[in-house]
Amino acid sequence: MISIGELPVSDTKPKDNLLEKLKKLITHLESGDDQQALVLLDELSSGRDSYLFLELGKLTRKLHDSLTNFQLDTRLIGLANNDIPDAKERLNYVISMTEQSANRTLGAVEQSIAILDDLQDQAVQVNQNWGRFMRKELSIDEFRELTRGVTRLLETAGAQNLTVRNNLNEVLMAQEFQDLTSQIIRKVIRLVEELEVNMITLIKISGGLDKTPGAGPEASGDLSGPAVPGVSTSKASLSSQDEVDDLLSSLGF
Amino acid sequence: MKILIVDDFSTMRRIIKNLLRDLGFTNTTEADDGNTALPMLRNGNFDFLITDWNMPGMSGLDLLKTVRADAKLCKLPVLMVTAESKKEQIIEAAQAGVNGYIVKPFTAATLKEKIEKIFERLNA
Repeated sequence: MISIGELPVSDTKPKDNLLEKLKKLITHLESGDDQQALVLLDELSSGRDSYLFLELGKLTRKLHDSLTNFQLDTRLIGLANNDIPDAKERLNYVISMTEQSANRTLGAVEQSIAILDDLQDQAVQVNQNWGRFMRKELSIDEFRELTRGVTRLLETAGAQNLTVRNNLNEVLMAQEFQDLTSQIIRKVIRLVEELEVNMITLIKISGGLDKTPGAGPEASGDLSGPAVPGVSTSKASLSSQDEVDDLLSSLGF
Repeated sequence: MKILIVDDFSTMRRIIKNLLRDLGFTNTTEADDGNTALPMLRNGNFDFLITDWNMPGMSGLDLLKTVRADAKLCKLPVLMVTAESKKEQIIEAAQAGVNGYIVKPFTAATLKEKIEKIFERLNA
């Protein structure tokens, strides 16, 4: 198949050529050189044919471009109809997975802290009474209370040690979201990239490139949310608590 | 000391609640935005308010402004704990009368330092 780009392109010369050939034709006809005149006539009509081919080539290219654009349009429709809603679903899933993980972790940590607090309270109690026992300050009833305290402490320590261990395992397991969420987010990033490329092509086709597409005005009233390293925004963002403190102290805080 | 924690994410409320408990503040209550926080503040004799900025319903900044405009609540110390870190926003919060400003993500040490600083200044 011949590519359209290889078709003859000679659009400034034909006019001069044509004039010259017509002048020659007249000269030949006037001088009665019919042979030469016929050759020239042939050349002229074949030249007309190549013009026709050139135009046909241009038309074919237009058709080809339109067909390509049409494909692009259907891809954009696919992106809008399927991929974007799909991506929203995926991101919602990321939110629920991270939330679930945070709650699992917090639950395990809160339970462990309560256990450790309880153990510490018991240990402090036993320790105080032990000190009094060593100083021979305990009555026989208080000594019995001390032995009960020691027994309780040893039992709790043994049993709760296992619970805390399990809770730590729970915290460990709750981190599994990281693998899954990053895979999902990476997929969505690829989708956004594809959308970006398609949109740029669309802008080029619609001839909007003479107006350089700059970043549009930021939607007003929208809070900018967490600062992300490497993502610049139009408004100055402070990246650390120290910078925030400096700003506040400059305001008299 | 009675503290109200306002954040739309329950996990963040839990984290702040746990950090506060470690600092010795055990009397804490939670609300998920300004609209739920306001009636609690008006009826609850709170000593301290810790609020996020970006929340559905009433934002933390609007809550702060409403608190400062309320005759009964206007003296309540307010600490903002938020992901919003634009210069303009911090200035806006300062002008609205915030007592402290912490940007997320933050550490337990930062929370401790800011709370201490706020009460140091209030008692001075």
